Amino acid sequence: MRTTGTTGAIAGRLEQLRGTLPTRNHNARTVAALAANPGCARRGVLDAAGIEKTVLADRLGFPARYGGRSPFAIGRGNVFEARVKADGGTELRRLLAETLGANPDAGALVDVEHESAGRPSREERVARTRDALARAARGEPDACAILDHPLLPLDVAGRRAYLEPDAMACRVAGRLYVVEIKSFAIIDGSADPGKLASATRQAAVYVHALRRLAAELGLDPDVVATDIVLVCAQDFSNRPVAVVLDVRRELATTRRRLERLSGVEELLGELPDTLTFDVDGDLAGEAVARVPAAYVPDCLSACELALFCRDEARGCGPGGGSVGTLGTSVRGALGGIEDIGDALALADGTRAARPGEEDVARLLRRAQALRTEVLGAEMPGSQAPGIALPRPVGPPAASRAELSGGVG
Amino acid sequence: MSAIAALGRLRAAATGAAQPAATVRHRHLSARPLVLVPYVLAGEAFAPLAVLVGTDRDRPHLLAVPQPRDRDRRFAHAAELGRLLLPYLGAFAAETETIERRGDDPYERSLDAPQVLVPTAGGVEYLRLLGRSTRFRRTDGEFAVAEEVPLLGRWSTWLADRAGVPGSSVLLAMTDLLTQAWVTGQSALEDGDLAALLAWIDPPAGQRGDRAARAVEGGPTAGPATDPAFDERLVPLIAAFDEAVAAERAEAAGAEARTDLGPRGRDAEQAIRDALAAELMPTWDRVWRGVELLGALPAGGSVAGRWEADRASYSFFAADLADPESRPQPRVPGAVSAAAQLATRERAQARLDAEQVRDDPLLMAAVRLAGEAFRGGLIAVDAERMVAEPGKKTARPRPMLTFATDDEPLFGPGTDLACVERPDAKARVLEAEPGRVVLELRGGMGGGKAPKPGSVPEVGEVLCWTSLIAEFRRGPDWPAVEDTPWTHGGPPPEPEPEVASDPDDDALEEWS
Ligand code: SF4
Repeated sequence: MRTTGTTGAIAGRLEQLRGTLPTRNHNARTVAALAANPGCARRGVLDAAGIEKTVLADRLGFPARYGGRSPFAIGRGNVFEARVKADGGTELRRLLAETLGANPDAGALVDVEHESAGRPSREERVARTRDALARAARGEPDACAILDHPLLPLDVAGRRAYLEPDAMACRVAGRLYVVEIKSFAIIDGSADPGKLASATRQAAVYVHALRRLAAELGLDPDVVATDIVLVCAQDFSNRPVAVVLDVRRELATTRRRLERLSGVEELLGELPDTLTFDVDGDLAGEAVARVPAAYVPDCLSACELALFCRDEARGCGPGGGSVGTLGTSVRGALGGIEDIGDALALADGTRAARPGEEDVARLLRRAQALRTEVLGAEMPGSQAPGIALPRPVGPPAASRAELSGGVG
Repeated sequence: MSAIAALGRLRAAATGAAQPAATVRHRHLSARPLVLVPYVLAGEAFAPLAVLVGTDRDRPHLLAVPQPRDRDRRFAHAAELGRLLLPYLGAFAAETETIERRGDDPYERSLDAPQVLVPTAGGVEYLRLLGRSTRFRRTDGEFAVAEEVPLLGRWSTWLADRAGVPGSSVLLAMTDLLTQAWVTGQSALEDGDLAALLAWIDPPAGQRGDRAARAVEGGPTAGPATDPAFDERLVPLIAAFDEAVAAERAEAAGAEARTDLGPRGRDAEQAIRDALAAELMPTWDRVWRGVELLGALPAGGSVAGRWEADRASYSFFAADLADPESRPQPRVPGAVSAAAQLATRERAQARLDAEQVRDDPLLMAAVRLAGEAFRGGLIAVDAERMVAEPGKKTARPRPMLTFATDDEPLFGPGTDLACVERPDAKARVLEAEPGRVVLELRGGMGGGKAPKPGSVPEVGEVLCWTSLIAEFRRGPDWPAVEDTPWTHGGPPPEPEPEVASDPDDDALEEWS
């Protein structure tokens, strides 16, 4: 099984597809996002070619809306992380002692980035990280306890990406732990599930990269724990609190997805030899459209191309587009019929069921009969019968009384 | 999802116009709701940035915190919000009616109750966090806050807790209300954006809903999370405010330290208020437009009954607040109150499901499609039929009713059924075959030897029968009453080492 790199011919094809489009600089968040919508060939090809999809989305005329982070959130995150690591990592040592039973006094905190004067290059940081990892794994007595700003190399679709975990705990019963520092709050013992899930996915990417690095050094990958330490803010304060999370499931997903990136041969085989995405305007749209997509509403929060693909999915077919645009629960109710106009034609009885569709056709016709019984005939393009929608009343907002401040 | 609901979405997508998801409104809509549109600072656990609040569409109050990381300003904001909200929240407690209870003391129930409307589900979470971060504050000592602050915290907590009870209407998200009534041609995920949802339901004159929705996407968000692009604009404004305050402090040094803002500080604050107002106003207008649209729908028949439960809960909570011995709701409910809470919610959910279906032929249509109900015309009645049940000596009236129906109920002989149109009637299935269902009437006829007049349906009546019978029985009328303990603090919280921190600890933190 190939896990990194691609053969020459495939690499050449991917390069041609990308042309002069910028490549994506991966980080843990973008690597974790590779796992989204694995059934989509379009995304598979674009990611394998390493294309920066934000730029492509601009060219397509559908600028990506997802991905921005508030400057307030970034600022707060930096302050919180600095606080956790301040004074030689006093707080972090306390947390590691509490969660993993690490000896809080043993070993130093080594900052890979600021160890020596001047800013080290990426390769220097990787070398230091590798060195620290090897020494810790061998249990050398002067190995550091906490590695700050380590840098991990990871090959993503044949290109080297550099990942920056917040920290690593290096001396816990002979194992290494990834430490992820997030400024979101754990309030009364529970955290926002979405934020928790995304932190877990990112940490799993670090664990994956670290285990590969260990393997490269001839170490047993299991020196890197599949549990990670997540440090968050407690309640409404800046006080850090730590929890241990098992990331094995996310680790398996990441591994699978990275492997599949290099397995794009099949997808490429379906595409014209001369295809490239490095074209302007309508041509870019046509080029992207050559690769089949599998749009689902979740794409809106997981893929830069979502607005383009949604528009395409809505526009295709005789009426209203693809059922997938309405969400998986609607799709589930329609037993495999993929087109909105097609499903409605069955419901209205204006087309006969094809073989295999008899059951769903019967269900849809009965459902439509019941809707008509309750609501009367639904007229295309009109509002629901019997439900009058009053027009807005009152003057427009701008001319209204100005906003009063305080208690009026 | 039922095929009935799925068809609504398909039709909406094909026509570009929202379709009905219900024929009635399933939540109470107050004649005087309070609308609250909150914003919080990104990246913080809970740092209020601004709210638009009020009971008059034309007179929103804008409360803004020019430096949300400043603890004193945060609590001054909470106090100000309290001064606006508390009079409204307390105003309904005075007028009450006496409710008699079998086997228990009568109690006083308010005739009306407050109703807070927020744009999205995030607004409900906002009130929960507002409650959690303020209800334990002390009004004395080193970090004293204004007395409105902990009081607002307890009210917010009550609202947020109550919002977790299915069918309750004291705190509602406009997106939830609208999606209960209409279905759009986009996904449920996209319906979470109030602007797009409302554009589908109520597009500008002459425009299709789908196009109108696309046009408003990506505009100001309905909160409480702000848009990162908006935050970029806010950063320099907040920095300017900080500078102005520092400059004015420096000027005043030597003289008595100034705590209020000078002209420069006020200007900087006004710039922040203007930016926030511009961002929040579209959402304010949309929530009120939603109120109008929902007001045009008739209320479901059971809505008033569920609102009674809200009124009872409100009265108990208000009475408890007035009791000097009462304490704020615990951080994490103890085991007993958590179980009670869960049971209450399950009961309320079952009651809600059954009542909504009974009130709304469109929802009932999905039950019929699923084979758990049928609607049909009565074609034959044997009103004289008497049957002696096994083990009983006397024969009782058991009229036999034969219905013709196009529905395809899946229930077999022996299934107990309830009737939508005749709530007292009880029947059991004798035979069900395609096109025809035969029932035996078993209840709702009085206790006499013959059915009481009018209790046996007549040929020609069209009736709807369902097997969702257990839930069809009237649920408890005042679920809040037995559960008084958890709604207002209940028994002293169990020791919880993981939250053993002093509630005022975060006052000691530097918020920067
Ligand atoms: S947005 Fe388009 S390219 Fe991206 S995953 Fe979805 S369907 Fe595939």
